[in-house]
Amino acid sequence: MSTKPLVKPYEALRRETLARDRGLREKVVSLDEAARLVKDGDHVAIGGCTVSRTPMAMVWSLIRARKKSLTISRSITSTEGDLFFASGASQHVITSWFTQGIVWGVSKVMRHYTENKLARFEEWSHMSIGLRYRAGAMGIPFMPSRSMIGSGVGQLVGSDLKTMTCPFTGEQIVLLPALNPDVALIHVQRCDAYGNAQLDGLQFMDIDIAMAANRVILTTERIVSNDQIRRTPDQTRIPFFTVDAVVEAPFGCAPHECYGVYEPFFEHLDHYAEVSKDPVKGPQKYLEEYYYEPRGWPQYLEKLGMEAVLDASRRGRSVHND
Amino acid sequence: MTEQGSAKATYTASELLAVMASRLMKDGQIVFAGIGVPLLAATLAQRFFAPHLTILFEGGTIGPFIVPGELPPSTNEQRCTRRSNMVLPITDVLLLLQRGYVDVGFMGGAQIDRFGNLNSSFIGDSANPKIRLPGTGGGNDISSLTNMIVAMKHEKRRFVADVDFITSPGWIKGGRSREERGLPQGGLWRVVTDLAIMGFDDDTHEMKVLALHPGVTPEMVQENTGFKLLFDRKIETTEPPRLEELEALRNLDPERVYTA
Repeated sequence: MSTKPLVKPYEALRRETLARDRGLREKVVSLDEAARLVKDGDHVAIGGCTVSRTPMAMVWSLIRARKKSLTISRSITSTEGDLFFASGASQHVITSWFTQGIVWGVSKVMRHYTENKLARFEEWSHMSIGLRYRAGAMGIPFMPSRSMIGSGVGQLVGSDLKTMTCPFTGEQIVLLPALNPDVALIHVQRCDAYGNAQLDGLQFMDIDIAMAANRVILTTERIVSNDQIRRTPDQTRIPFFTVDAVVEAPFGCAPHECYGVYEPFFEHLDHYAEVSKDPVKGPQKYLEEYYYEPRGWPQYLEKLGMEAVLDASRRGRSVHND
Repeated sequence: MTEQGSAKATYTASELLAVMASRLMKDGQIVFAGIGVPLLAATLAQRFFAPHLTILFEGGTIGPFIVPGELPPSTNEQRCTRRSNMVLPITDVLLLLQRGYVDVGFMGGAQIDRFGNLNSSFIGDSANPKIRLPGTGGGNDISSLTNMIVAMKHEKRRFVADVDFITSPGWIKGGRSREERGLPQGGLWRVVTDLAIMGFDDDTHEMKVLALHPGVTPEMVQENTGFKLLFDRKIETTEPPRLEELEALRNLDPERVYTA
């Protein structure tokens, strides 16, 4: 899909947005149905960061639906990036940092796929990824900025990064190309059937990717009534007209965390780190057991185990309420 | 675990790093901290002499206080928000660096060179790397936009003449090259290791040893460094970690996730 221009032409951006059904309508679907909104070759932006508020149920659903040639982007990429590579769903991840997490060491799976040139990890600085989404959200073709210059990271993205002399001050400034993903996957604590989403705690880049994307699939711990949303409209972060599908997926980030609801499933993540020491057979076995075999999301959670679910919940709910 | 001994206390290399790094903080500073030793050091500083020090996390947190025994696995989990003043989107917390609200960025390092450039992207040639490392995260932004402290183990393979790849720019090629490459602000201020504390020459921006930890000789530091170090005319000896500092550290990280 490298034929796509780096920055989506403004005319196309507006035309595609206009073509979407933006009316106040119910859009609750299943994980399987939501996966059909993602086409092979799409650029899919993933909400959350590292092991936090990862829209894992949709990642799981896309991999089960055997999607191909996806371009994945995310602020920081953890185990879901390994699984996109290992499942063959993606050979291209755009992110600032890619490994399960510092405490688990460098991802053997990421290393295997990138060092053997089976897949590409396109590295941008964290702020630059964020500003690229923000430019996309603002409907402008680029964002001026002041990092990545003078470094190998800047050199490696080559002509995708430009510099110019500021017309006002005369100083050298970096220009970051806007990122308008085809689809954004975002998990929230609650939203209504229309897609008015309220998210607690750390927002990461989720609001910008919702605004930048051409389609948004929301998964949520809980679907609440529109009346409930209207009691606290100040808590709504994503407006319904940017959202194309709503899926109720309790524990939809497991084994990652969802702020105020559950913390990471640490024992499972230790288990994944152990399994993925064999970067080929490890994730294949893991995908078979946790992704392809379970009949549905509840059966996946059953595999994680009741004890693990309860433990993660107990820790999760105590963040500001202990 | 290698324990280094003194009559008063035994401690690991990571504990020594955390204690020495904590003493570089100043009360009232806004510190952009990475996970692991940087977070432990900033928290230690808050406990002992810098109660008004504010920690920022890349995940978007302003002013958290970490709960002992519940250290976050990255800067992006709910554990990072405990007793904080505010949570922001990632992009906006990073923009505080660009706007100029941050006094010090503080992180760990995989590989560093004589001009303080850091590599966390590739070991070997970036086109055909021997090892693909996790990458910059916010490291490039922090090092491009503010003054930096780096805490890392002092090993020859980590202290190289030129890094394989500049992930997070220090003084680039020394002299005025950082400014000339388009980075007029910030720069690497201190490198703290388990052997010494280093700064950079004002003009050439080459790495310079400022202080040695107890029992460490200049020869030991040079031997563990892959390039020729400068030594300050008056080299200080650091005060060894105090028992209460070590106790506080062990209380924060009882399972020694980051201090083994």
